[in-house]
Amino acid sequence: MTPVLDVQRLAFAYPDGHQALFGVDLHVHRGERVALLGPNGAGKTTLVLHLNGILSGETGHGEGSVAVSGLPVTKKNLLEIRRRVGIVFQDPDDQLFMGSVRADVAFGPANLGLKGAALDKRVDDALEQVGMADFADRPPHHLSFGQRRRVAVATVLAMEPEILVLDEPSSNLDPASRRELADILRSLDVTLLMVTHDLPYALELCPRAVVLSDGRVVADGTTYDVLTDEELMHAHRLELPWGFDPRAHGPAPDLLRDARHPR
Amino acid sequence: MGAGHGHRLHFHGHSVVHRAPAHLKVLVLLGFVLTVVATPREWYPVFGGYLVLLLGVVLLARVPLTYLLPRMVVEVPFLVFAALMPFVAEGPRVAVPLGGWEVSLSESGLLAAWGLVAKGTLGVLASLTLAATTEPADVLRGLQRLRMPDLVVQIMGFMIRYLDVVTGDLGRMVTAMRSRGVDPRSPRHWPALARTLGALFVRSYERGERVHLAMLSRGYDGKLPEGVK
Ligand SMILES: Nc1ncnc2c1ncn2[C@@H]1O[C@H](COP(=O)(O)OP(=O)(O)O)[C@@H](O)[C@H]1O
Ligand SMILES: [Mg+2]
Repeated sequence: MTPVLDVQRLAFAYPDGHQALFGVDLHVHRGERVALLGPNGAGKTTLVLHLNGILSGETGHGEGSVAVSGLPVTKKNLLEIRRRVGIVFQDPDDQLFMGSVRADVAFGPANLGLKGAALDKRVDDALEQVGMADFADRPPHHLSFGQRRRVAVATVLAMEPEILVLDEPSSNLDPASRRELADILRSLDVTLLMVTHDLPYALELCPRAVVLSDGRVVADGTTYDVLTDEELMHAHRLELPWGFDPRAHGPAPDLLRDARHPR
Repeated sequence: MGAGHGHRLHFHGHSVVHRAPAHLKVLVLLGFVLTVVATPREWYPVFGGYLVLLLGVVLLARVPLTYLLPRMVVEVPFLVFAALMPFVAEGPRVAVPLGGWEVSLSESGLLAAWGLVAKGTLGVLASLTLAATTEPADVLRGLQRLRMPDLVVQIMGFMIRYLDVVTGDLGRMVTAMRSRGVDPRSPRHWPALARTLGALFVRSYERGERVHLAMLSRGYDGKLPEGVK
């Protein structure tokens, strides 16, 4: 089966000469939820910006290839690639730029040519999925931070992407908003790539983890195995929060959740 | 972060003025301001008429004057400028008693100052009335209907959207400086304040770049798509 995400030997240097990626290989298959871990400056954001062609060999100096469900990321395919790959950026204020939540969520699908009732339905469905349907007519800057993050997810869901890519989704959220977002992400029927420093969040949501360090993939396995490999963790500046022990929770993320919040 | 309605210049209501189509209001405002500006400043009673007309609209809109007046501070720089004019302008002078002193003021300067104050005040009050009775998004839609270039409308939309974000950034930066002993009122600290403004500019610029990336990521091609405006 063609992987949803097929990154091969991707190398990239910024125009100032700084080499950020050194031959990255990454395959993500349909329905997978993958955490992308790594210390600051590892090249995670650089990699993410390659997935929808914001960065490429044309912007800097690069090699290798990226394909999304078999479609190579090239200039000619950009619009379709950007439909297939939905990126939720770290700061929702960067992502929500229109005057109302509804207009913002409509922005992407309208760029794809949707209009009228079909567009309205897309918007309503996406807002429904993140539990923000009641806020459609509010201006984004009047929402709480957690609500804005959820609307940011909706703006991308409205494009019905094949893979949802989130950059640090749990940053700056209070514990309740963090858990609500986890519930939403778990309920979505979509392939997920999640960049995060929040290791418990990775364990909770993603069965598989990839570690990027200094522009190279240094580990790719089950999140449980990665987080319990002390040598690997230490070598790449990954630290578990104080008091958190993956072994105490066991390897199965979905069971883990049910145990902590019994129905 | 309040979850209130509208914008800080907007006064929520359902009057005739609130409900009038936005593009009509923009046109009326434009017509009014142009007429006021074109009126010779010696026609004193006519300005009185304009003011009565404007206050009538405000009354009709049921926006309290106590709401509009404090927001007229934007006019202060013009008032200061106007106050200087009689002192610095050329031409014949008149002696005016001022607190026991005879001050010699320029006649043409006085007249120019009067013109500036009268026309400025009417213009600002009229614009505030529009802002108070029309949601920013509707103003934009109105401008669009009046065939304002798309790019200009987009830029204005972003200004409205990011005004709160940028003022929030500035507020936090000033708070952080205060916490470290800076008093924004003291001229001694103005250089530090200026650097803060510089930093704010850089931050806003970088945010602009990130917003642009986010727009590209959702298929933006330089034109706002139909149906989302
Ligand atoms: N626009 C840029 N120009 C030059 N170097 C950059 C630029 N953006 C990031 N870098 C560098 O590339 C490396 C990887 O950055 P990034 O992908 O942002 O890391 P991460 O998201 O993992 O923290 C860092 O060393 C960073 O300093
Ligand atoms: Mg990053």
